[in-house]
Amino acid sequence: MISQIFILSSKGDHLIYKDCILTTGLLVALFCLCLYLLILLQSHKGLHFIHVRQGGLYWVASTKTNPSPFTIIEFLNRLAALTKDYCGSLSEKSVRMNFALIYELLDEMVDFGYIQTTSTDILKNFIQTEAVSSKPFSLFDLSNVGLFGAETQQSKVAPSVAASRPIMSSRGEQNEIFVDVIERLSVVIGSKGVLMKADIQGEIRIKCFLPTCSEMRIGLNEELSIGKSQLKGYSSAVRVDECRFHQAVKLDEFDTFRILKVCPSQGEQTVMQYQLCDELPCAPPFQLFPSVEKDYVNRSVNLSMVLIFLKLRCDLPPKSTALNVSITVPVPKGSTSMSQELSSPDQTAELQPKNKALLWEIPRFPGGAQLSALFKVDVPGLSSASLLEVGPVSMSFELPKQTCTGLQIRFLRLSPTQTGLSQRWVRYVTHSDSYTIRI
Amino acid sequence: MPYLGSEEVVKELRRALSNPNVQADRLRYKNYITKVIRYMTQGLDVSALFMDMVKASATVDIVQKKLVYLYMCTYASDKPDLALLAINTLRKDCADPNPMVRGLALRNMCNFRMPGMTEYIEQPIVAGLRDKASYVRRVAVLGCAKMHSLQPNTEIDGTIVNELYALLRDPDPVVVVNCLRALEEILKDEGGVVINKPIAHHLLNRMKDLDSWAQSEVLTFLLRYRPRSDDELFDILSLLDAFLLSSHAHVAVATLRLFLHLASAHPTVQADALLRTSAPLLATCGAASRELRFAGLCHVQQVMRSQPGLFGTHYKRFFCGYSEPSYIKFRKMEILVELVNDENVALVLEELRSYCTDVSPELAQAAIAAIGRIARTYSEKCLDILTGLLGLKQDHITSAVIQTFRDLVWFCPQSTAAVCQTVGACVDSPQDSEGKQALLWLLGEHGDQISSAPYVMEGYIDGLKTELSSAVKMELLTAAVKMFLCRPAETQDMLGRLLHYCIEEESDVCVRDRALLYYRLLQRGVEETRKVVTGPKSDPSMSVLTGRQEEPISEWDSTFNTLGPLAGCDLCPQTAATSAADQPSCRAENELLPGKVDTDVTLSSPDDAEEEISLSLGPPLSHETFEKMWLDLETLHRQTLGFPRPRAAPDTLQAALQLVKIQTLAFTPGDTVPWKAYIYTRSTETLILAELLQGDQQAPGSDESLVVSVKQQPVNQHAIRGFVSVLKSVLQTLNPIKSKN
Repeated sequence: MISQIFILSSKGDHLIYKDCILTTGLLVALFCLCLYLLILLQSHKGLHFIHVRQGGLYWVASTKTNPSPFTIIEFLNRLAALTKDYCGSLSEKSVRMNFALIYELLDEMVDFGYIQTTSTDILKNFIQTEAVSSKPFSLFDLSNVGLFGAETQQSKVAPSVAASRPIMSSRGEQNEIFVDVIERLSVVIGSKGVLMKADIQGEIRIKCFLPTCSEMRIGLNEELSIGKSQLKGYSSAVRVDECRFHQAVKLDEFDTFRILKVCPSQGEQTVMQYQLCDELPCAPPFQLFPSVEKDYVNRSVNLSMVLIFLKLRCDLPPKSTALNVSITVPVPKGSTSMSQELSSPDQTAELQPKNKALLWEIPRFPGGAQLSALFKVDVPGLSSASLLEVGPVSMSFELPKQTCTGLQIRFLRLSPTQTGLSQRWVRYVTHSDSYTIRI
Repeated sequence: MPYLGSEEVVKELRRALSNPNVQADRLRYKNYITKVIRYMTQGLDVSALFMDMVKASATVDIVQKKLVYLYMCTYASDKPDLALLAINTLRKDCADPNPMVRGLALRNMCNFRMPGMTEYIEQPIVAGLRDKASYVRRVAVLGCAKMHSLQPNTEIDGTIVNELYALLRDPDPVVVVNCLRALEEILKDEGGVVINKPIAHHLLNRMKDLDSWAQSEVLTFLLRYRPRSDDELFDILSLLDAFLLSSHAHVAVATLRLFLHLASAHPTVQADALLRTSAPLLATCGAASRELRFAGLCHVQQVMRSQPGLFGTHYKRFFCGYSEPSYIKFRKMEILVELVNDENVALVLEELRSYCTDVSPELAQAAIAAIGRIARTYSEKCLDILTGLLGLKQDHITSAVIQTFRDLVWFCPQSTAAVCQTVGACVDSPQDSEGKQALLWLLGEHGDQISSAPYVMEGYIDGLKTELSSAVKMELLTAAVKMFLCRPAETQDMLGRLLHYCIEEESDVCVRDRALLYYRLLQRGVEETRKVVTGPKSDPSMSVLTGRQEEPISEWDSTFNTLGPLAGCDLCPQTAATSAADQPSCRAENELLPGKVDTDVTLSSPDDAEEEISLSLGPPLSHETFEKMWLDLETLHRQTLGFPRPRAAPDTLQAALQLVKIQTLAFTPGDTVPWKAYIYTRSTETLILAELLQGDQQAPGSDESLVVSVKQQPVNQHAIRGFVSVLKSVLQTLNPIKSKN
């Protein structure tokens, strides 16, 4: 049972505060401290605080009983997701602008500290306030894409802002449905380039703007196999270890045709989650060839530097690119300054003495390309052991239009055909959850 | 900044709300109401507008109604007489043909927290229980619980309880669950809602209709039910089987808990359930939400207490991600240590090795300690890594490695030779007192195997005057005496100097007494000393004790899926959890200083009724102003906080205090004794100045406790109490974190 719910900005101001049952006083001041120390659970005088961080905001619930932490955390996540659905995006600004709407949502979701419902289908009957969108949806956002082609061709991309608008706005009524395949990649590559660990966590997420939607059929790759036992023949089948589905998904055609049937409700929902461990169907997207050397500029004044030469190869297919690639290389303690030689002007590199690391950023990295960079880091009083401090290298990046498992959506059918034109978008993206390369 | 001119704001809003022109324009009117609510959320007191808001409630616009109701629920307890005016409108709405309006009015009427409310809401609630719209019934059912909480000590209304039990058969699933919740509240004193066989089976059959939140709640209620026979038990288990693999983690975990509880007599069933749930549990450990990840990891740890092998093959899932927050990394390392076996040890060690150079010293030290734990079984590989780390010559790493060596030697004597060789070759000495103590212990205990031991120790004895920590001095005394026993020729001279200094010049009584003890002991003869001072050099039997043992599931299943595992300790459910948190371990002594403002009775119970004060930073004070005020004012309040000062870094402390709106003016650096800090804050129209003083540890009669002295202008005892309470909470919160690492 939840006693209070509040939403705090990153600075600790309260944006939303709802007291579900009679409680005395507000302990937000104390709570801020917990946030500062990154404690998930904090107890004070029998009141336990649990928080979740989403969209730069803190979503906090306090409780006097000893409930299931999973329930509370998932509820707070769901609250954040619903707020995002209704307000369009999650930010301090949008929460401030739509506070009346959020109060209304909370009022229907929680009564006397008990969760009543979080389903958009039910909620939409009760929610009357209209969302104030911080940036009105405009058709100009769509101008650079083929408007009428929402088929599953990969060449056509939905604008990234299109999905971030309130689901229930009367203006700009667009019958759109977005199906996203999102994969998170976590990889550890050993010092000799050996793949040591590879995990893919994926999900198929639907964001539906259709006011009413009957059954939708999502066709996945026909050769998709689940689990280790099901490998058919010698074909390079798309394989996942295990998958779980939203409870509303009907699976009667899944076993034979790999078709998911679902009646999506408005808003965002995850219809399928899957994972693949220890085995990547393709090569890992990046390979790094580092070399680290010690160099004395002037032995007498003990001026020494570390030369770090990095050669980075992108093993994606030539047509695709990786975006926002950033590489963090730990450097020895006491590094003072750095000079670098980068291969193109759009790349940047800087030394972050506070994190003992250098950060190399590449905004765009085409598949098959190879980039190299030379960093000279000045370290006064360098010892040979200091070189051990260089590494492991960690990378973060985004691979649009890519799935590492190879999972694809064959087709997306709304049946029976909806009244009016409905646009269907399919998007693929792979994020790096954690990509570590040891030196 | 609305906090400053609050009266102005309220006045302006009232003018606008009562302006007939505004009232005529519905949009403008609603805008002003929205403004009122916005100020309310920001913490401004807008209760003075109650009358105008009551008027605004008579509208057909549902959005406006909702906003006004929200306002009324917040302030009803402050303005009970005015709230009564609103009740008529609400009761009228309860008979509205639109079920949404009916439900809304009923819910908000029940939310009014004021005495005498019961007589107004009883009739609408009873009517609501029989309403044909399920939405109204849901609200009415919970209304019963709210009504009971308004008058907690009155007798339980039998008719309502019966009606609620009957409503468990309602077609609407939310009504059913709400009935359970309401009955639980109402019958709390009698042990909550009774789950008998028909109710249990009814609930089980309805499980599929419920949404996930209700499912996990019903599963928790079902924990109360005991099946009569094994047949019934297995029927229930097979009904619930599908929920073990639910895509909602909270349902899967709640089901697992019920399985473990029901099948407590069937260990094989329990093991099977754990095996099947390991996949969803592992999935939560890799969930996108890192809070969920943390909860998952904590529960995995709990399961591993009984089934250490369950996650063995999935050890790679517990490798730390690069961007994960440190609270997750700590948990993952703890799990990794448990999962080590012959096959994966090399990979796990390589992974842990890469964390040892982490930017965060806490994390690096934890990783080193983790390697040390693995070294108890796989000493050779781990010692290589640890020795390599010493080469980095970084203070925090060296210190952690030496501490790890000390523990390792104690647990597994076979590694002594290797450790001694490494320590002897190590030129770098740790700088913090923990590390120094560990090194001294090693030198004293195994001085015969470390050739350079006397010279290292001599360095410490020569630097004794600058040593601050008395714990290090005591360790040094013991180590020197032990060393004297095995290498007398080299040690005799320095031991003499050490004893002389400690007896003649040392101000800490404990150190002096220890030195005197050894001095007299040595006077009795070497053999006598040897008998007293030398003990066992290691205790291999300890590693058996600390090694993993499979606990029975019943040890932990009562706290599974509660906050207990997250808190890191076994909070017993419900009452124990609250009482444990209620007792701060400190003793708050209030020394009332003579000749000060007379304090009222409430001062004797400083823990109640604070928090209402609000602190603010206000304009900064200059050092000069502070100093002048500090000298001018008299101390109003002095209190021993009962715990030492937080060992956090100065900027951590400063930032933490700033978060609760306490400004730090100055503090003495590092380990200086006595440690002082000057802080100040503003509360409602008063300025509070305070000094934190870490008592001189060497001085007799004072313990390591922190003393706070407060001065204030103008005097407001209430604010002081609040301030001290906030301060105490902050410092206490900082303390356990440090001690855990």
